[in-house]
Amino acid sequence: MNAPQKQDGFQVVGTRPVRPDGVDKVTGKALYGTDFKAPGMLQGAVLRSPHPHARIRAIDTRKAEALPGVKAVVTGRDFPSLQSLIMAVGESASDIVHVARNCLALDKVLYEGHAVAAVAATSPEIAREAAALIEVDYEVLPHVLGLEEALADDAPLLHDDVFTKGVSPRPDKPSNASMRVEMGKGDVDAALAGAAVVVSGRYTMEPVHQGYIEPHACVASWNADGQAQIWCSSQGHFAIRSLTASTLGIPQADIRVTPLEIGGGFGGKTTVYLEPVAMLLSRKAGRPVRLAMSREDVFRASGPAPGAVIDVRIGADADGMLVAAEVDFKYHSGAYPAITAHSGVSSAVGHYRIANTRLIGWEVLCNRPATKAYRAPGAPQVNFAVESAIDEIAGKLGMDPLELRLKNAVAPGDPQTSGVPFGMIGWIECLEAARAHPHWSAPLGPNQGRGVAGGYWGNYGGPSTASVSLGEDGSVLVTTGSPDIGGSRAAMAIMAAEVLEVPYEKVRCTIADTASIGFSMVTGGSRVTFATGKAVVDAANMVKDTLRERAARMWGVAAADVEWRDGAAHCTGGDKAGESMAIGTIAARAIFAGGPVSAEAAINAAGWLPGFGVHICDTEVDAETGQVRVVRYTAIQDVGRAIHPDYVEGQMQGGAVQGIGWALNETYIYNAQGKLDNPGFLDYRMPVASDVPMIDTVMVEVPNPDHPFGVKGVGEVPIVPPLAAVANAVARATGVRMHDLPLSPDRVYAALHPEG
Amino acid sequence: MTATAYHAPETIEQAVALLAGNPSARPLSGGTDLIVQMRSGRIAPAAVIDLKRIAGLSGVRRVGDGFAIGAATPCTALKDHAELAAAWPGVVEAANLIGSVQVRNRATMAGNLCNASPAADSVPALVAANATCLIAGPDGQREVPVAAIPQAPGRTSLAPGEFLVEIRLPARGVGDGDAYLRSIPRTEMDIAVVGAGANLTVDAEGRCTAARIALGAVAPTVVLVADAGAALVGSRFDDAAFAALAEAVKAACHPIDDKRGTIAYRKAMAAVLARRVVLTALKRAGAAA
Repeated sequence: MNAPQKQDGFQVVGTRPVRPDGVDKVTGKALYGTDFKAPGMLQGAVLRSPHPHARIRAIDTRKAEALPGVKAVVTGRDFPSLQSLIMAVGESASDIVHVARNCLALDKVLYEGHAVAAVAATSPEIAREAAALIEVDYEVLPHVLGLEEALADDAPLLHDDVFTKGVSPRPDKPSNASMRVEMGKGDVDAALAGAAVVVSGRYTMEPVHQGYIEPHACVASWNADGQAQIWCSSQGHFAIRSLTASTLGIPQADIRVTPLEIGGGFGGKTTVYLEPVAMLLSRKAGRPVRLAMSREDVFRASGPAPGAVIDVRIGADADGMLVAAEVDFKYHSGAYPAITAHSGVSSAVGHYRIANTRLIGWEVLCNRPATKAYRAPGAPQVNFAVESAIDEIAGKLGMDPLELRLKNAVAPGDPQTSGVPFGMIGWIECLEAARAHPHWSAPLGPNQGRGVAGGYWGNYGGPSTASVSLGEDGSVLVTTGSPDIGGSRAAMAIMAAEVLEVPYEKVRCTIADTASIGFSMVTGGSRVTFATGKAVVDAANMVKDTLRERAARMWGVAAADVEWRDGAAHCTGGDKAGESMAIGTIAARAIFAGGPVSAEAAINAAGWLPGFGVHICDTEVDAETGQVRVVRYTAIQDVGRAIHPDYVEGQMQGGAVQGIGWALNETYIYNAQGKLDNPGFLDYRMPVASDVPMIDTVMVEVPNPDHPFGVKGVGEVPIVPPLAAVANAVARATGVRMHDLPLSPDRVYAALHPEG
Repeated sequence: MTATAYHAPETIEQAVALLAGNPSARPLSGGTDLIVQMRSGRIAPAAVIDLKRIAGLSGVRRVGDGFAIGAATPCTALKDHAELAAAWPGVVEAANLIGSVQVRNRATMAGNLCNASPAADSVPALVAANATCLIAGPDGQREVPVAAIPQAPGRTSLAPGEFLVEIRLPARGVGDGDAYLRSIPRTEMDIAVVGAGANLTVDAEGRCTAARIALGAVAPTVVLVADAGAALVGSRFDDAAFAALAEAVKAACHPIDDKRGTIAYRKAMAAVLARRVVLTALKRAGAAA
């Protein structure tokens, strides 16, 4: 798989070299969140609420402070008083007051696991013991977990200052419905009344967690002069800087955030839970402080993807043309307002040409941890409902489900849900590739069924900074501010090598701290290879221009008489015509002939395009036990152009596996007391290796004309189709349509044995 | 903060003295349950007594025509013992469903038994096999059936100062076969929603002459379902015998509703697994006949 393979027209793009960070990671040398140590560092512990909803009457920290070895104790009162301010980081936007309250509760705890106080001590054992000595006087309040329950008139209210956004006139009473989003066009009711076939259904699921393998961790050191450093693993150290600075009311330039390696994020590491708290502890103690979550903390207190209740009605004419779609869904936002409903509404049916649509999404507050982005946030839930319904229409019309989708698929130029036309999308190409794939026509065994589903994600571009500089020997350094989650160092190095026409191994890639490179938005929204990649290409092109100018100066010819080819300047005019100078030669001389060769590009990358995917899934259902086995799986996706195909395929496989887990077994289980019953990987069942077959991948390449190499974001699309692909396969294997995820054995058994 | 002392005695007598000297001391072999419980704060023993340096506590020995499995023998080692794996494939496969490969490289059947979880995978197989265990304690040694060890979730019949020295499996003969099956939502690294062990003897005519059926995770302790065995004995494993087996199994189930399964689902699965595990054991018994 690692053998370089040249693609037409490219030297390096499309090859599969070993990733530059690979050796450190497989030999255990890479520094992740809890690997970093600072001299004199203290260990922190966080006290968390045992109640899902309670008023904090008082907190007595005296016993904790008196314990030998304890150097600092903080509570929500240690945050400065804050004014409401909405900050957008990556795929979500939050009020910094809520961010601070989520880090440490002030007047109320809003979910079991909500942080209430924190301790720094000379050992983790002392810190934990001290945390247990903190006495919190709670007035326990009624709690609410369910979506419909939270919207009931008599539901416990989480916030008395949250009024439903998106409703006019502005409501005069606060509500657990933090937002309503509506989009649509045409006359849905009339179109459905005239449709030859109408399917409807209610689909549900509980929240699911991203399941990144590395719990959140950081070290913070805040000096008496106001300057601070933070070392942490995150999806964006600039976001850590801005959220920490805002919640603590200090200038961003006073905080230097150094990124550590990240053990998975999937959207969940785009916010702060620990960093501002570690800062407060460090200021009080006068020493660096480490805070790290346990796996249990991660489940109880970091943001899962929302659960959902989704009502769908879709109608088609007798030829299978979709005529109307009505989607009304409610998503958990958890303890604080979220904005996932936006992308749920815009991606619900945007992959089909439907003249009449009514798309409504609600964000609902409830006593669960605040939800966070998870890979295509907001899209998989609603896609599950819509693609299940599309499958039912195909069944009712006796149509091939791929043909039905092809018949209705949007093409470049068709309007998106927002009305803006689609650019060079490759949805139809994906559907055609699925139809042509041997999997689609392979025979099925007994008790097996084949499902298909398609979907898309809008992707993103946005601000990124990158620099490219040369060593005196002509080796190339690429520096970005984008944490590498999915192999982006390799992709950046490939793109720089392609521009400069040097070998991949000559390029090394660094992710710099917030004081050493300009701003970059988070690694999220499937934006890094597109946006940061564009910045790298821009900077590499500037370096190439500089090299041509320097060579021209050394030869005494016009820059127009110098060509760049095969990593060298070639003189094409004047008395030096025919001579060449390699990059190393120019670099060595350039230092004293014009100065070091270095360029930085700081851009707001536009021109990103949505990505589309089609997944085919075969399941085998054991009717006696309800066990569902995924026996074959193929993910097909328009990737624009794969810079490093291994890591594109890896994204497609990883997304498919996470989606399969979501479909089959993953789910939050809360008990009647509002406490999470499965805060660990034993009972929060992500798939293990033996649960999934080899995920076959087909990369469809419809290049993006707005990226130098044609890149489209690839990381999020592959989690959109699997939920429905699995459910459709189970429906076809059993003849029973299931509407509630996960399709765990007990539920499938119950559906197949309604008599009990 | 309280520190935990670590002792690694080299004789059974030393281990007994250390355990008897401190009521909260706990024996340690693989530690795959003990260490997890200590880290979670569920238990805080004053001392752990590592049994692995005691001669004879690690490894499988032939005792006459039967087997003795040292209490500190990791599950993986059971697979490597060809004679044991051939004689008691059900016991060996049950022990090798626990946790993951890494866990099984440390975990022991004795620990699985003394952890006293109703869902312990190796226990239904051991109970079906009519295995016994040798217990050492302040009053000397005694041998008791495996089924007599677990009393309730997390509670055993071991007296203070006692620990399990070895598990003994009887000799195998012509027409014997055993098997273990469990129901889990995943394919591995999970805890049984229901487990079922079967141990059969079949005569030359294919008639069942002896049958022991044991179930896990359907009651506070593993259940030996005498009626289920009786339903098979004398039969040629016809539909009527299997129907009687299913009824006996369902009647013996007293499961709970929890995050891992409902009462209804557990009862239904117990019946399904009992039939399937008997069919596997029957195949093995037939091969041995």
